[in-house]
Amino acid sequence: MSAAKLTMAQALNAALRDAMQADDSVVVFGEDVGQLGGVFRVTDGLTASFGEKRCFDTPLAEAGIVGMAIGMAMNGFRPVVEMQFDAFAYPAFEQIVSHLAKLANRTRGRMRLPVVVRIPYGGGVGGVEHHSDSSEAYFAHTAGLVVVTPATNQDAYGLLRQAIDCPDPVIFFEPKKHYFISEPVDVTQPVAPIGRAEVRRTGTDVTLISYGQSVSTCMEAAEMAATEGRSIGVVDVRTLVPFDDETVVAEVRRTGRAVVVAEASGFASVASEIAGRIFEQCFYFLEAPVRKVAGFDIPYPPPALEHHHLPSVERILDVVDELEWGS
Amino acid sequence: MPTSAGEQSGHERRNDRRDQEPETQIRLVRLIEPDGTPRADNRYDLPDPDELLARYRSMLIARRVNEQASALVRQGQLAVYPSSAGQEACQVAAAAVLRPSDWLFPTYRDVAAVIERGVDPVEALALLQGRWHCGYDPLAHRVAPQCTPLATQLPHAVGVAYAAVLKGEDSVAMALCGDGATSEGDFHEALNFAAVFAAPVVFLVQNNKYAISVPLVRQTAAKSLAIKGIGYGVPAELVDGNDVAALTAVLRAAVTRAAEGGGPTLVEADTYRVEPHTNADDATRYRDESEVREWAARDPLIRIRTYLRNGGFLDEKLEQEFAAAADEMAERLREGIRTAPTLAPSELFAHVYDIASPQLAAQEALLQAELEADRQASEHPAEVAR
Repeated sequence: MSAAKLTMAQALNAALRDAMQADDSVVVFGEDVGQLGGVFRVTDGLTASFGEKRCFDTPLAEAGIVGMAIGMAMNGFRPVVEMQFDAFAYPAFEQIVSHLAKLANRTRGRMRLPVVVRIPYGGGVGGVEHHSDSSEAYFAHTAGLVVVTPATNQDAYGLLRQAIDCPDPVIFFEPKKHYFISEPVDVTQPVAPIGRAEVRRTGTDVTLISYGQSVSTCMEAAEMAATEGRSIGVVDVRTLVPFDDETVVAEVRRTGRAVVVAEASGFASVASEIAGRIFEQCFYFLEAPVRKVAGFDIPYPPPALEHHHLPSVERILDVVDELEWGS
Repeated sequence: MPTSAGEQSGHERRNDRRDQEPETQIRLVRLIEPDGTPRADNRYDLPDPDELLARYRSMLIARRVNEQASALVRQGQLAVYPSSAGQEACQVAAAAVLRPSDWLFPTYRDVAAVIERGVDPVEALALLQGRWHCGYDPLAHRVAPQCTPLATQLPHAVGVAYAAVLKGEDSVAMALCGDGATSEGDFHEALNFAAVFAAPVVFLVQNNKYAISVPLVRQTAAKSLAIKGIGYGVPAELVDGNDVAALTAVLRAAVTRAAEGGGPTLVEADTYRVEPHTNADDATRYRDESEVREWAARDPLIRIRTYLRNGGFLDEKLEQEFAAAADEMAERLREGIRTAPTLAPSELFAHVYDIASPQLAAQEALLQAELEADRQASEHPAEVAR
């Protein structure tokens, strides 16, 4: 089968559909995921195709949704639940941190929870307050959770299929600004496994390390830098936990310069962790300090001001210019 | 037949229930008076004497578990023990009415219920001994790990029960919590989800009147905890929690109704936490000794024993047999806890993920290297001295 043009929402929908087709134990539930097909249409048509037992609406209560998913996984199902927006996942935080992440360890591996929690995240879509958070650090900090975020529609399909098959609980962050962007997707083509980063562009001067929506921004920055004679590589991390040190370290050791780019506020962030890991493992190869281009340490701004907050091509290139190039 | 998800569909049924009369009355169910005399009830029959004898035997064992575990804390053998002394009727009935296909969702205070369900007593105490967070295989007896964050296990019970409905399995989840837990959001969400999905769950609230030091009046302004069921559309019962006969009858009826597709039930057991919250608590700071004495006089063991003795069902020989069984349990705990092995440090890393984590592998290697260095240092102290 050749590649079809799909939006990320359609690619995710195809992944859910194919997973439900392949495995009767896969169930999808959450708020508005049934008749409506989800506010971003990611679950469009699943209830019609598979019935109310496989894809259903729940009461409006995120802790209840994740708690019920945990119970269903304890009893043989592979639930995929939707948190409607990043900031609306917070009521489920205790269920995720105290139970979803810990039950396998608590029971010495006797009870594993193959649950996928899908969270649309990130800004740049003109969302009002509580609709644009990048909350990945909260979950990446918690042992026991696999944390995944695709940057391409091909990965959206492939990584969601892998996440559903994964024996561990997966927090699946979907960059919502990418939902309605079309790209070629070939569902017959496997993608790299969870736990592997991808080099999206090779470069010789600088390595940008990024994930989710920021990968597109990094690719644009690299393109622009190339016209000015600077060779920038881009690594798409894909899986925040477990982190692929090998790929990131190999790229940075080659170029000697690294900038980590992500939307989330920079303090105590996944970007900080990546920068720290690079310092530890690449120190003797570095030509310049590892830098970050992250969101400011402020509550997510209102839509009229959010462009100041988000990593931009210009801000990335400005930081690249400061990387000790000599005279 | 269990109600199917299709029949539950919000798109097919009416979107309101204005034509239904709300239930507002809940009365206490009691089948044996505190003085041991039976009391007639128009809805529930007194369980037969053989069953009540079995309950009494289990309650004696449960009482001994509470006493022995508390003693083991004092001897430094357990890290902590939240006693269910005074609540043995609830502990025993909750587990005893379950069938092998059913599930139990216990809290940290429900060790006696876990043991009544058939879990090895030493394994049931692994959490409180501090050996591991859960010592038993939850799938072997269908007993979820004892839950510490209040009410958070209740939505899991709903999920397990609804999964059973979807699989066509005849299985009911018995979910335990206390009065304090009814203030948590997860209690509300679990009851609401269970009702909406008609999940076969029995919620048993052991209202023992205290959440550590905070009394019931600070948890709720409602006339009872059972009455909360009305708001969720969940049938509710208020039961004398020190009457094992009433608990057996009410909980069994709730399990049966759930198994037949009748959905969840909320049962409030009116009981009392005779001991402090744990050995680390000082109950004299927040309650009167006279209150404790008053409840101790309503001891659930004395009540059922008096009934069985008065009816001629319990003779000296049986009493001796039961006492011997309780002694045996105490001995098993003393010996088992003393000799329970500490797990290998590699266990710390072994179960966190099923998929490979290079970072955890490296951290485990670091710990193993430290342990190896320690081992060598203890074997050859002179050589490594610096």
